[in-house]
Parts: sequence; C-alpha cells; structure tokens
Amino acid sequence: MQKEVKRLDRVVIRFAGDSGDGMQLTGDRFTAETASFGNDLSTLPNFPAEIRAPAGTVLGVSSFQLHFADHDIMTPGDAPDVLVAMNPAALRANQGDLPAGATVIVNTDEFTTRSVAKAGYASNPLEDGSLSQFQVQAVPLTSTTVRALEEFDISKKDAERAKNMFALGLLSWMYNRTTESTITFLQEKFARKPEIAAANVAAFRAGYNYGDTTEAFAVSYEIAPAPLPAGTYRNISGNPALAYGLIAAAQRAGLELFLGAYPITPASDILHELAKHKRFGVRTFQAEDEIAGIGAALGASFGGGLGVTTSSGPGIALKSETIGLAVSLELPLVICDIQRGGPSTGLPTKTEQSDLLQALFGRNGEAPVPVVAAKSPSDCFYAAMEAVRIAVTYRTPVFLLSDGYLANGSEPWQVPSVDSLPTIEPGFIREPNGPDGTYLPYLRDAETLARPWAVPGTPGLEHRIGGIEKADRTGAISYDPDNHDFMVRTRQAKVDGIARSLPPLEVDDPTGDAKVLVLGWGSTYGPIGAACRRVRRAGLSVAQAHLRHLNPFPDDLGEILRRYDRVVVPEMNLGQLGMLLRAKYLVDVIGYNQVRGLPFRAAELAEVFKGVITDV
Amino acid sequence: MSEPVRREIPVTALKAKDFKTDQEVRWCPGCGDYAILAAVQGFMPELGVPKEDIVFVSGIGCSSRFPYYMNTYGMHSIHGRAPAIATGLASSRPDLSVWVVTGDGDALSIGGNHLMHALRRNANLKILLFDNRIYGLTKGQYSPTSEVGKITKSTPMGSLDSPFNPISLAIGAEASFVARTLDSDRKHLQGVLRAAAQHEGTALVQIYQNCNIFNDGAFELLKDADTRDDWTIRLEHGQPIRFGRDDVKAVVRDPATGSIRVEEHVAADDPRVVVHDAHNADPAYAFALSRLSGTDLRYTPMGVFRSVERPTYDRLLNDQLDQARAAAEPDLAGLLAGGDTWTVYQ
Repeated sequence: MQKEVKRLDRVVIRFAGDSGDGMQLTGDRFTAETASFGNDLSTLPNFPAEIRAPAGTVLGVSSFQLHFADHDIMTPGDAPDVLVAMNPAALRANQGDLPAGATVIVNTDEFTTRSVAKAGYASNPLEDGSLSQFQVQAVPLTSTTVRALEEFDISKKDAERAKNMFALGLLSWMYNRTTESTITFLQEKFARKPEIAAANVAAFRAGYNYGDTTEAFAVSYEIAPAPLPAGTYRNISGNPALAYGLIAAAQRAGLELFLGAYPITPASDILHELAKHKRFGVRTFQAEDEIAGIGAALGASFGGGLGVTTSSGPGIALKSETIGLAVSLELPLVICDIQRGGPSTGLPTKTEQSDLLQALFGRNGEAPVPVVAAKSPSDCFYAAMEAVRIAVTYRTPVFLLSDGYLANGSEPWQVPSVDSLPTIEPGFIREPNGPDGTYLPYLRDAETLARPWAVPGTPGLEHRIGGIEKADRTGAISYDPDNHDFMVRTRQAKVDGIARSLPPLEVDDPTGDAKVLVLGWGSTYGPIGAACRRVRRAGLSVAQAHLRHLNPFPDDLGEILRRYDRVVVPEMNLGQLGMLLRAKYLVDVIGYNQVRGLPFRAAELAEVFKGVITDV
Repeated sequence: MSEPVRREIPVTALKAKDFKTDQEVRWCPGCGDYAILAAVQGFMPELGVPKEDIVFVSGIGCSSRFPYYMNTYGMHSIHGRAPAIATGLASSRPDLSVWVVTGDGDALSIGGNHLMHALRRNANLKILLFDNRIYGLTKGQYSPTSEVGKITKSTPMGSLDSPFNPISLAIGAEASFVARTLDSDRKHLQGVLRAAAQHEGTALVQIYQNCNIFNDGAFELLKDADTRDDWTIRLEHGQPIRFGRDDVKAVVRDPATGSIRVEEHVAADDPRVVVHDAHNADPAYAFALSRLSGTDLRYTPMGVFRSVERPTYDRLLNDQLDQARAAAEPDLAGLLAGGDTWTVYQ
C-alpha cells in the first residue's frame, strides 16, 4: 500500500514515560536521526530528580521534547504536536500542554484499571471521551513488542523494556527519519550482549514496519532539511559544549586545564566530559566537597594552570569565600554555575536563572567578579572561551553562567575550525620587575590593571600572596587606610575596565523603527528571539538585544536603553537583571518574570511584547 | 604550561638566611612559632631544592602567617582550606616541594574535612600542624585539641567536648606518614622534618607549640628537665622502645592479648619490649602507640609513628595523563567534530 506523505515545515514531538522507560535515550536517538537528516532542531529534556521515582505515578514521569523544522528555529517548542505516552501517568502529566488537534500515541497495554487509577484518573481516558479533541493513536506497544521478540532468547522483562525502541521505530517511520545510525548505535551500546542488541534492533524495525503496514497510520510526514549556512555540523548540548570551550581555550592559551569539582546536578556532566580528555593535559579532581573543588582549582592556577570549578547554585554558595580569595589574589579562575531552581536544594533538575545576583554580589567585602552568560546550548562553547580570555588576561576569577535548560538541551552546532578560534596570551612574567632585581607582584599593567603572574619554579620571583589586604605594588601585608581604599577601587576599576575590550552590543531591529527593546541574558535568548519573530510577523516592530556580559555591562548599554520608549526584560527569576539596570542606568525597565523551572514559551512572550508595543 | 627557564644555582650553597624575608615577624614575643620558623629555615638548605621550587601554603591563624616569613613561593589562604589548595598545586605541579602550615583550629576544626581527605589521597604534601591546643588569633577560645574542662572566654564553666588525638585521627584517615615533635627541641624537630621531606606522599607532622599568651606551659611536662625524660617516649625505627631515666621504662607487648602498654620497671632483657617499626604495614600498631598518651601528656610518644610507602595521588594522576597521551595524540579539531557530523553545502 502506497501511503500518503505530507510535507510539514515544523513539528514538536514529546516522548513521555516512566523514569525507567528510557525516554531520554529514545529522544536522544530521534534527535540524532533528525540532526543527521539536516533539520534544524532544539530539544528539552525534562526529568525528575529521583533516579527511579515510583513507577506509574505522575511524579515519576520523564519526558523529552524535540522541535525540528525545515528552517532555523530557536526553541524546543511551546507545545507538542505529537505526544507519545508510554503509560497513563505520562498522558496525565502532559495532557495539559497539548493543543486541540494534537496527535497522541498511547501505549494501550498500560491502561489497566490499576495503572489508570495510579495515575490519578477517575476513569480510563481512552474510553471516557476526555481525549476527543485529540487524534488518539491507540497502539498496544508493550504486547506488540513482546510478540515481535518471541524468537529471541531473552527474558520477558527485557523484551518489554525494548518497547521504547518500538516507539522510536514507529516515530522514525512517521517522520521519514534515517534508521541506520540508530541500528549502529544499538549494536555498539549492547556490544557485550549481542542478543539484547539484536532484540532492540528488531523492536526498532518492528515499530517502523508497524507504521508502514498498519492502516491506522495512513500518513507519514516529511520535513525537509533546513537551509543552514554551509559547513560541518554536529548536534550538541550545553554541558559538553562548555567542556569543549574550556579545553579549546586552554589549548589556545597553552595552559593545562585543572578542574576541581564536586558532583552536583545539573553540572556533573562537565566533570564527566572533561575526565575523558586527559590527553589534552586536562586534570580532573573530584574533590571531597565544593570548597575543596574550588580550592584545588585556585591552587592549580597559582601553579600556572587554568583553574576551573563547576557547580550549581548551592555549591556556588559554599565556594563564596574562596572566590573572594581569588579576587584578592588576582589569579585566573573560571567558576561555572549551571543554574537550577532555588533557593536551597530547590529544583535540581529544572532550569532557572536566579543566581545572577549571587554571582555578582555573593561575597563579603567589595569583591567584583566578571560575569559572562551563555545563550544557547552550542553558545556554551564560545561563552567558556570568553570566560577564559577574561580570567587569564585580567588575572581574575570569572563567573560563567549556564543553566539546566542549556546544559541538557541540544541544537545543531556548526563546528568551528581550530584556526578560527581566538588565542589567549598568559604572559607569565619571567624576570624581576622592581628596583634592584626585586619582584613586585602587584605592579599592574597600565592598560588592563592586571598584575603579573609569576609561577613557582621561576627563579628570583619568589613571593607571598594572601587574603589579607596587600600593599600596592609590593603585595606585602598592609592595614594602611589609604592603601586599602586604593586597592578596593583599583580592583573595581580593573573589572570595570574589561568593558573596553568588549564589542558594541548588537541590537536586532530589522525595521529600524522599533520603540520597544526586549533585553535578555542567558538561556532566554531562544524564546525571546522566537517571540520577536512572531511579533514581527504580526506586523509590529520590536528590537532585541541579548547580554553576553553581565559584569561589566557593555559600555554602550545605557545609551541603547535610552534609545527606546520601553525596555522589556524577561527573566526566569523575579527581576535580577531588571534591578541592576534600574540601579545603574535609572531606566524604568518592565520585567516579565517566571520561575516555573521551564523555559519561557515563545507564544506567551509574544503576547507580552505585543501588549507593551500597542501600549506605547 | 611551558617550563620556566631554570637558573643554574648551587643548591647546597643556600643558607638559613636565604630563606628569611624582609617582613617583620608579627608573632607575640616568646611564641613557640619563632623556634619552629628558625628550625624550618635552618633545615631548608638541607632539602636540596632550589627555593623557587618550594611553596608554603597556609590557612588562617597565628601559625598560618608562616609563609610570609619564608623566602619561597607562598600563599596565605583562608581558614581550613590550605590542604585543598595545596592538593591542586601539588597534583598539577609534581615538580614542586609543597608544604602546608596549619594549626589545631585550622586543620582539625574548620578544615577537618580537607585534612582527612588529603591524608587518604596521599598527594606529595608536607603538613606541619602547629598544635598549641588553643585559638590564639581570635584571643583564646578552646580548640579541638584542648583538654576537657578547659576554662576559656567561650567556656567559662569549662569546655565539654572531648578533644581529637591528631595522631590517631591521621592514622585512621589512612595517612602514610605521621609524626610528632616539639617546638623547643630543634634537633628532634629537624630530624622529623627530614624524615617527612624524604617521604613520598602526604606527611603529617604534629608540632606541640607553646602559646605563651593564652595557653602558656601547655607542654611543660615534656620540656621541663625534671620531668621530660619520665614522660617522653622517643620513637626510633628499629630500636626497642625504652625511655625514662636509665631506660627503665618501656613499651611492652602483652603476649596474651597482643596489646601494648607502658611498664615502669622493665628488665634489660625482657623479650616483651616492643621494637619500633615505623614501616609496619598494619596501621593498628601505630594507632596503638598513639593511644599510649592521654591529653595530660603522661607518656607521650615523640617521633615518627608511621611511614609507609603508598602510591601518591599526584603521580597516579600524571600517569593517567601520560597514558592518555600515549594512546592518542590530542586532536582538538577531532574533539570538536565528534563522531556524528553532517555537512551542509552551498
């Protein structure tokens, strides 16, 4: 039977099931197939903090959303066009996000009276008409998978576990994905268990054939490759991109990277990634606690390495005192904060951008620290390189802000050539710089105000530094009032002066007549950009700018803010950037704030922007 | 990093004064820290390491001012964190001689976690723990080594909590080298420093140090010529543990239970006398020695309790780097591209 193939320009699919159903793997594989097909894409994994939350309950549901298109897209999508629900709990947890007309593929085998009740339904939603506004595709996923694997010498449990591959096969048929990479992947993943590998491949093929031959699936869809700029692409999520950025920066600086870290969600994958790359001179140190992680990194920096520590909000709080020491010692150090919902333990696996003020001010004394933020998963690479540039050039700790959405979300990345990456000059001092062959550890560079970096092992430059206030130039202990005032102001001036090395802030204002500017930072870049496109498609003008540097701000920021009648600042916090802008520029910015643990929805932002625009 | 240019200097020509700095020493007059500083400066030439390859890292407290007075590389860091900072330095720069100077509050209270993990990890660090059994810099509160019932500003009715025995703690934390010495006994102190310096791995040296302002005379029993020989158990590897006037006292092993104890009148040929073996693989032996003394210092073993060989963290870590490089050359372009790429053509 020749089935109809419809062309679509974009689709949002969400896979949802129990934490143990393998939904993240299923999503990852569909993403890989989609990436190699050449679509633009954006993903949003969403999972509970518990490793195996109670099976069959709403709180144990894990999901993976993928948005892919024949054009360039900026977000993982507001709402799924297609939901794959592996059990009643997965349906119930995600039903509220579905627009009318959405396709729902349900695993009917799991809709037993008991499971339906466990999910919190009063009656079976497949029978009570409550799904009438959706196109429900009822598929007995589990039993069909088990039947397809009858000939394999595996347990019933193992056969049932392959149902996610059946679902993946079915979706791969529906969207005309390539299948070779998944088959290769399964064979490699289960290389030590050939029977399991063969069974999973068989389940995957069975799902594909099920779509091809079952009358209920009458239509498949084609989404053409997106016309991206020429180049070599890969799919990447934020944590590995950040790790690669650190490695690349260290290589381009000729420094050995030392990561001191303590495991914490959602930052641990950076430790895992860097631990794989020792051949680049990368040392990874899993410390006894967050404080030792940053302490060891600072010790490595004192020794002439590139010290890095990675954590999330609660861990950053523990590191505060050592960050203050690094400010005082004026040594390079990169502190990566992969933000998550707070306060306290908060929402470990959900995203938020509420550590901005902690990064800027979470220390005793006047302790300025430069702050840079990544705006998309692949941008974590460039943000990391920029953080290293500032840290090394200005001899200072630098905050690099990412978040849970960037860490786990993914997108295609045009792989840069190594030669195109900037070089960084550590500029170690080798000879005495003071009178009579003495070494002055706090004699500063006139342009950057950076102090020299003299590394142990360099004869004649032996010196002592510490957290007590230091005399200008000599670095000796000093309690002199005027010296302290001078040193405090000088450290601030050094950080402020970084602005002179920054390019002008880019403002996207295609019509040039916008009266409203939307200013964001961090992972809101995608939703804000997608929302601005919607606003413009509706015939309205809006300008968009996005901050890479949160401290110092670019020099032209104040002038840009004053150019517009209204400035809207959407943030996944209660208005932290907004407060800074008001304080520094006396501009009455309009905040739009959510702390739901999820990225903004573009449609919702678009309505907010339209409201402000029509109000001007 | 690229290797710094190494200046050829005759290391042996260094003198104690080469390790002095121009900084005015700011300890209280009469503080035991002066004696330790002089002993360390006097020992350093013997280390045979150029001073640019030596780093002193400290935390917070009176003792932690130490690096300012040593003409080497140095860092006066924050409270309790010196072992962590020094671990990062030592494991990324195995070519350096890294020394940590800390106190009983710094190492055992606020920094207890770091000390414990530094000891089990066994990076190449020498940790000098100045133990005066009091908080000096904050003006006289009791410390985690103060005896129970200590009357201080923060404990006017006497302290309640039992102290640590730092030697027992270190052995329990898998330390490969543990020793005790005394600030005023320069010869013994330098002997212990020598043994610590020769040890590859983390060495913990507890130095009883007198705080003449807030806890004066704390170790007088071990210093006073009339009492010291009665109460000090000198540990020397390979030697029977005999002490006291005329060596009539000894550490003996009970043949029935295997436990050790001090006996006050032991015949010269008594086969129960323990011969000290610092290299004993079983930490129970060194631990038993550490339990001979109470906080009243009556019977205090002095010297090297334990010195065993164990792979060091810095060497193991750097071996892994070498292994990874031997397996394949670093290829940044290959790393960035990863396995699954696709190409978009114009």
